[in-house]
Amino acid sequence: MIILSDKCDFTISTRTMSKIGIIIKREYLTRVRNKTFILSTFLLPIMMILFIFGSVFFAIHSREKQNIAVVNDPGFYASALRSDSELVSFAFRKDVDSMNFKEKGFDAVLYLPTDPTDRNFKLISKKQVGLESKGKIESQLNKAIENRLLLENGISRAMLDSVSSMSEHAVSLKNIVTDRSGDAKNANVGLAYGIGFGSGILIYITMFIFGAMVMRGVAEEKMNRIAEVIVSSCKPFELMLGKIIGIAGVGLTQFMLWILLILLLSTGIQLFIPHETWIHVQQMQQIQQPIPGGGGTDLAFKLLEAKTHLTTGVNWTLIILLFMFYFLGGYLFYASLFAAIGSVINEDPQEAQSLMLPITMPIIFGFIILTSSLNNPNSPVAVWASIIPFTSPIVMMGRIPFGVPDTVPYWQLALSMLMLIGGFLFTTWFAGKVYRIGILMYGKRSSWKEMIKWAFRRS
Amino acid sequence: MEKILEVRNIKKFFSGQKAVDDISFSINRGSIFGLLGPNGAGKTTLLRMITGIFFPDQGKILFDGKPFDPEADTAHIGYMPEERGLYKKMKIGEQAVYLAQLKGLSHQEAVTNIKEWFIRLEMQSWWNKKVEDLSKGMSQKLQFVTTVLHRPKLIILDEPFSGLDPVNANLIKDEIDRLAKAGSTIIFSTHRMEQVEEICDHIILVNKGKKILDGSVADVKSEYKENLYQIEFEQMVLPEHTAIHLFEVVKKEEKSIIIKKNPDFTTNDILQYFIHKGLLVHGFRELLPSLNDIFIRLVEGSPKTRRFEVAEK
Repeated sequence: MIILSDKCDFTISTRTMSKIGIIIKREYLTRVRNKTFILSTFLLPIMMILFIFGSVFFAIHSREKQNIAVVNDPGFYASALRSDSELVSFAFRKDVDSMNFKEKGFDAVLYLPTDPTDRNFKLISKKQVGLESKGKIESQLNKAIENRLLLENGISRAMLDSVSSMSEHAVSLKNIVTDRSGDAKNANVGLAYGIGFGSGILIYITMFIFGAMVMRGVAEEKMNRIAEVIVSSCKPFELMLGKIIGIAGVGLTQFMLWILLILLLSTGIQLFIPHETWIHVQQMQQIQQPIPGGGGTDLAFKLLEAKTHLTTGVNWTLIILLFMFYFLGGYLFYASLFAAIGSVINEDPQEAQSLMLPITMPIIFGFIILTSSLNNPNSPVAVWASIIPFTSPIVMMGRIPFGVPDTVPYWQLALSMLMLIGGFLFTTWFAGKVYRIGILMYGKRSSWKEMIKWAFRRS
Repeated sequence: MEKILEVRNIKKFFSGQKAVDDISFSINRGSIFGLLGPNGAGKTTLLRMITGIFFPDQGKILFDGKPFDPEADTAHIGYMPEERGLYKKMKIGEQAVYLAQLKGLSHQEAVTNIKEWFIRLEMQSWWNKKVEDLSKGMSQKLQFVTTVLHRPKLIILDEPFSGLDPVNANLIKDEIDRLAKAGSTIIFSTHRMEQVEEICDHIILVNKGKKILDGSVADVKSEYKENLYQIEFEQMVLPEHTAIHLFEVVKKEEKSIIIKKNPDFTTNDILQYFIHKGLLVHGFRELLPSLNDIFIRLVEGSPKTRRFEVAEK
């Protein structure tokens, strides 16, 4: 343990500003010009876009027409199973079985149960049958069963169809939520969920990535022994702050570039997706056909859904501004703690692990609360976790898309923001105290207990 | 003479251990000052207080006649710590510019000064290389350049020659001399005494946090001299020549002897004695103790490792 008297104050002179400026510039430029940064900035959005559009594209274009032989039909399915020109064609054959269907020119063989109450249908094929084809067969079989059950109960199909066409779209339930001004707006719960989850998880991930970057940077300076050279030119606090701000700049730059690239690429790629594909997806959506479970078409639906919903009922300006605030606030809050750890560790990576635990725990905790608060944004846990600065950046971003001030009253937002500002001022002060001792101390293991002692010692 | 730095009774305690215990000294402008001491004597702690990295617990530092203000005065100090450090992945030119800017130079000034130094030390071709590509000696040279780039009034070098081959060590030594002649003051911290004798004007010796010696190299040597003289003769020295109360013989070789003079007599008495004896004297010189001898004599006898003492705080 070392006693150091120090003056770790927040007074800012022009000299301090220019030195921090020089440090920020170096921290920023060395990272932005780094190959890893350039690669991750450009590859990630490209990969994301390619993945999304690729899976949509393949899901739609990999559709092959399936020739299916139907064996042992007891009679009531034949009328329901209709061949179409695109996906499936059925042939009712008695001479085909699972052994020889390939030679007879079929892609699959469908076994129907002879007992009407038996629901044991089997489709045997050499290759996996496409999801859409499978969905079609399933829905046709369901319809056949439905028809048969209706007839057994004395209702004809035609009668049912006319009733259902009358009742179809008779009611469209819209969830209208009124805010205080009395204006009605659509409660876009699904979208709020998506935005909340997305921004929460983004803050969660970036806290770890950029926090670790700060920690590594500090530890590197200590290991390289350049720390002593630098702190003979400026205050340790300036060096720490410069590093933290510089890396925040790197993070913001990366976000901006990602957003820009995703926008550019998605418009670019949309031009390459054939028009019919979009039409097809749109038609499927319009007739509200049961979505043939999962896979690419599902994604295409969601994309389309997102597109139509994105502009309604969401205050994008507010969300983006608050996202920036919580990203920076959360980052500053944790980055200084990561810097403090970086300053006390030695060559042993194990040491960093054990010191990091008290910091990573609340972040992970915040993420867990985020997932539950998305379902229930007004539960007491969600409310308090979005106010306490240890978890607020993640949890608050999960609640905000549900509406300000409806779900998140102004007082909660203001309290949360003030607490976060106070929180990062405190952690920065604390880290500054630990940092200036830790960075010049070699070969000694430090614990959180000691670090806290350093911070609160009177100098 | 004008003082660039005055250190008055400074103390620094680390968890009860006295790292620096009431040390005072002053340094003349333009001189080369040697800070000597064994490992763990408190040299680095002392230097860190002078460079504003640590704050003294007690005592006062005056820089250029005024109380030391780390904020403003570090721009006039160049410090090369014993543990060398540079950013390994950074290009050499950029790194030098960065460090100079932190000392308050503009980008343009920094570039001009660096080019000048790189030319003088034949490092021009290094500009775009990374530090990790340099040999140890080369990065030492770069470290030295970054220390003196901003033309500091006070240059503090902690073991500047460690890791340098004789050629580069001489090169740096010449540069130190040149800087001192140009008006810079140099603090030179080391435990290598032979270098100190060659370079320093004034030295202090610290041991266990306390100053135990202070003075010019010549004064210190004469203070610790033991009246030893070496006399060389034309012919063989016979035992009957040296049986006299003027001196006692410390070491005897065929044609030369080393004697310890009796303090009651002068060197002329001894010379007259030999002339009278008819011996032809070829050489007569005083043997002063080397700083190394003084250092060892003063430091030895104290326990090797320091005991922890409880500071009254």
